[in-house]
Amino acid sequence: MQTKEELIETLKKIVKPYVQDEQAFENVTEDTDFIKDLKINSANLVDIALDVEEAYDIEIDNESMEQMLTVGSAIEIITKKLAEK
Amino acid sequence: MQNFVHILSKLPYSKPFLFVDHLHSVDENGVEGSYTFPGDSYFYKGHFAGQPITPGVILTEVMAQIGVVCLGIFLLADAQHSDIDIALTSTQVDFYKPVLPTETVIVRSTKDYFRFHKLKCKVEMLNSDGELICRGAISGMMKPKKYA
Repeated sequence: MQTKEELIETLKKIVKPYVQDEQAFENVTEDTDFIKDLKINSANLVDIALDVEEAYDIEIDNESMEQMLTVGSAIEIITKKLAEK
Repeated sequence: MQNFVHILSKLPYSKPFLFVDHLHSVDENGVEGSYTFPGDSYFYKGHFAGQPITPGVILTEVMAQIGVVCLGIFLLADAQHSDIDIALTSTQVDFYKPVLPTETVIVRSTKDYFRFHKLKCKVEMLNSDGELICRGAISGMMKPKKYA
């Protein structure tokens, strides 16, 4: 199991290709909002979710997807889904 | 030929920007349809001046309307709603042959995935001789208005 810091690093690698605001990306915290801060569009947020599923071999359901708006919430969802495996 | 009026009637386009004439087949994995470019289509006046050739951006639109929007309407048909919010989100298209006025093109689309309201398809366009005109990947967001 990855530590939270490792999870954030992995998530950053997944998110990087879709980021439109590089400065916000350099200062990522758990509160960073994918759409508002990183200027990712909703379609690419779907790609991030699919990449996360593949990276961790988990399935993100619709309800989790609706909550997956920030780095912190994504980490929470990944941690929860990994624990359920 | 099956009648796909239940899909065509939900297309949110009208002339001069409706680019679907017929659907030939639709299932959960893909769609095939066709469009014939009227010789008096407005864009031929300027593209190119004195030498009418169908703009690539219009070919892309034809592929999006048949290959993504028609398929999305079909995939959302089970839900109880009539209005769908649609937004094109990405296109990546390579072009191989030009399309001249009055030509008929056939669009074939295969669903890559439809998840979290995003429909991504591999789409290709052929001419009436079966030659490849263009091919690529097109994505859009499609969701029922009541959930918006």
